[in-house]
Amino acid sequence: MRGAKSAKWVAGAIVVALAATACGGGSGEEGKKNPAGKPAGYVSIDVGEPQKPLIPADTNETNGSYVIQSLFTQLLDFDAKGEIVYTNAESVETTDSKTWTVKLKSGWKFHNGEAVTAQSYVDAWNWYANIKNNQQNSFWFADIAGYDDVHPEKGDPKADKMSGLKVVDDTTFTIELKDKVPYFNYKLGYATFAPLPKVFFDDPKAFGQKPVGNGPYKFEKWTHKKLIQVAANPDYQGPNKAKNKGIQFKNYATLEAAYQDVVSGNLDIIRQVGPTDLPKYKQDLGDGAIEQPYAAIQSLVPAFYSKTFKDIDPKVLQGLSMAIDRETITKTVLNNTRTPATSFTPPQVKGNQDLGTDVFTFNPAKAKQLITEGGGVPENKMFIQYNSDGGHKEWVTAVCESIRKATGVDCVGDAKPDFPTDLEARDNDQVKSMYRGGWVADYPVNVNFIKELYHTNAESNNGRFSDKEIDKMMEDADKASSLEDAVKGYQAVEKKLLEKMPAIPLWYYRINGGHGKGVDNVAVDFHGDLELTGVSVK
Amino acid sequence: MGRYVARRLLQMIPVFIGSTFLIFAMMFALPGDPVRALMGDQAFDPAVVEAIRHDRGLDLPLWQQYLKYLFELVQGNFGTEIASQRPIADIIAQAFPVTIRLTLFAFTFTVVVGIGLGIIAGLRPESVRDRGLLALTLVLISMPSFVLGYLMQYLFAFKWGVTTPTVQDSESFGDLLLPAIVLGSLSLAYVARLTRTSMAENLRADYMRTAVAKGLPRRRIIGVHLMRNSLVPVVTFLGTDIGNLMTGAIVTEGIFNVQGVGDAIYEALFRREGATVVGIASLIVLVYLLASLLVDLLYAVLDPRIRYA
Repeated sequence: MRGAKSAKWVAGAIVVALAATACGGGSGEEGKKNPAGKPAGYVSIDVGEPQKPLIPADTNETNGSYVIQSLFTQLLDFDAKGEIVYTNAESVETTDSKTWTVKLKSGWKFHNGEAVTAQSYVDAWNWYANIKNNQQNSFWFADIAGYDDVHPEKGDPKADKMSGLKVVDDTTFTIELKDKVPYFNYKLGYATFAPLPKVFFDDPKAFGQKPVGNGPYKFEKWTHKKLIQVAANPDYQGPNKAKNKGIQFKNYATLEAAYQDVVSGNLDIIRQVGPTDLPKYKQDLGDGAIEQPYAAIQSLVPAFYSKTFKDIDPKVLQGLSMAIDRETITKTVLNNTRTPATSFTPPQVKGNQDLGTDVFTFNPAKAKQLITEGGGVPENKMFIQYNSDGGHKEWVTAVCESIRKATGVDCVGDAKPDFPTDLEARDNDQVKSMYRGGWVADYPVNVNFIKELYHTNAESNNGRFSDKEIDKMMEDADKASSLEDAVKGYQAVEKKLLEKMPAIPLWYYRINGGHGKGVDNVAVDFHGDLELTGVSVK
Repeated sequence: MGRYVARRLLQMIPVFIGSTFLIFAMMFALPGDPVRALMGDQAFDPAVVEAIRHDRGLDLPLWQQYLKYLFELVQGNFGTEIASQRPIADIIAQAFPVTIRLTLFAFTFTVVVGIGLGIIAGLRPESVRDRGLLALTLVLISMPSFVLGYLMQYLFAFKWGVTTPTVQDSESFGDLLLPAIVLGSLSLAYVARLTRTSMAENLRADYMRTAVAKGLPRRRIIGVHLMRNSLVPVVTFLGTDIGNLMTGAIVTEGIFNVQGVGDAIYEALFRREGATVVGIASLIVLVYLLASLLVDLLYAVLDPRIRYA
């Protein structure tokens, strides 16, 4: 019978398919040792798959940064107050803010046994800065003399070394900058300034999958989209030596799934609790709940090329700022995950000051008055652009409601489906009136929140704010010979910003994470990352 | 039969090319540049963005990019991801077996339990157990899978503590049990109802009366005469359902943190990794095509009146 023949054929195909998939199961054996597949003494945290290969200068999203920071140690780091702590460097000194002398601690080694020398730093930085290598963070080296030779705006590099970097001896090198940068040593704490061992240059691609660093942890394995495992480095000599035996960075598809695992004890630490679990996480986690502010700010940024805000009187923006009830919104809509802003810089950075103003205080009557004095919002209507994949819809709606109620200006959220679309509209000057801006500190100095956002030529100045006087003030502040003077200069800039309103600061971020009963001593650093080296296993 | 299969297989080529091109074009049309998105909203150097775009051929027009992609695909090369710089074949090889296992698991569950329930109810239409099944399946059909997923997670993991809330090892069958049940339950409801209705109708058919009149044993009447005819619509449904289960796994995989196709395609979409999306989607298209071919062939087994030249 024909039918019966094809039935056999079909059954055979199913058996083959089943056998094929069952065979693939062999690789899972390792994880079956214990339910969570975690070696004793290790700490697990919900850090997802890094976007890119693990190369320090090519990573700036948080997942990758977590792993990079565990594997590599730069010259210096910051404590919780934002003060410099020397890690691999003995000292970083300057007399004129232009030439910096770096002395390394001796005896440091990469995980493969190679010594960390001045040459390791200089070679790495030259490679990072070279345009040929397409490193995402290459512009961080732009202060160094000779950067333009290795990273011209167009065409091939003229040299493969920056003239500003000179090796003096094994543990000393000097950095000569193009101009004075009084806060340059603070920039050196950014993960991008990590050194590289010689094996890197043989095969950068392979290195990115299996990095060899000089940090508190050694690379163990990377099972893509599942987990990355690093083990404590017993020879580490820095102040942040690991207090646990290793870390597992585990990938989770959703915040909710990770949260479920923390509550049930299959995961040790969660970095951020999802909105649905926020109301109950303190109850669920008890002492393990983490709530701490860090150096990051959310603002509404007017697009100064838009119909709405072209040649706008800053008074109108001040009025809009006063129409937003930050207290109520952070408490209710945002579940206390934010702290209302009182200036353009968060409190954790050097130079944060009390601006002595009521522009950030809710005051409907004065808000209305200021907007009228400033000539009102054109067409009495404005939009706030946001990406709807990031949980912003709720607060944007609340802010609009607040503005509408207080001033009668019609305010509507302008949702973009996801972050790439949102960014594209910003880059192409297509923002209708305002967009949602966010900024996390790269280094804890007020400069980072002012120059990178509001200087006419700043890459992240997507509102296209431009003011000659303010540019000039920033350039003057950069010429200062000491950090203190530079910070003061930028404090003056900040006061001036209040008169010009390049953005409406809304609130500072807080981290709302938590850990399970298996671990202790989970602290948060200034830019909101959990300090994994200090975590102890009970 | 052989010629029929060959013709069907050849027909897959234009369908495959057409669907990959459509998906490719859609990814191209999406706003948002993957390389620019990599940089986030922190500062970056536009020259680096341009250089990366040029290196990956992303600055070429759509048709050139597509031809290049197709040319490489024919040689078995799925391409490389923009951000992670990993071969897409690796990503697929990692995600597919997990989802296939989950799907097969859910599928088996659907077939065994669904048809079983359908038979029990269909043999006694309008009885209490029939009404009970209709009510149960109505609940399953109207409940979105994420509700069911969270409910099961809550009950089994937190209330009774029999399992972990999420899948710890995407390759272990035991761990996949719960997500497979959640994934299969919607189709299960349809399968049960289809089987039930189809059986209830055929019970009244002439050939059934003949079989009974001939004095055949009851097992043979139900097992061969009734079942065979009643299963045609069910098999049709099951065939398309394999593809549905694979794509439907996206939500379930998210809830239970299974690192399968759903997870991979969601992430790729979000990061505008066009080649990854096309690669995974075209494989799902292939699964659909093969499943429908299988269904067509099964018809002949179930109903000998259907013949393929």
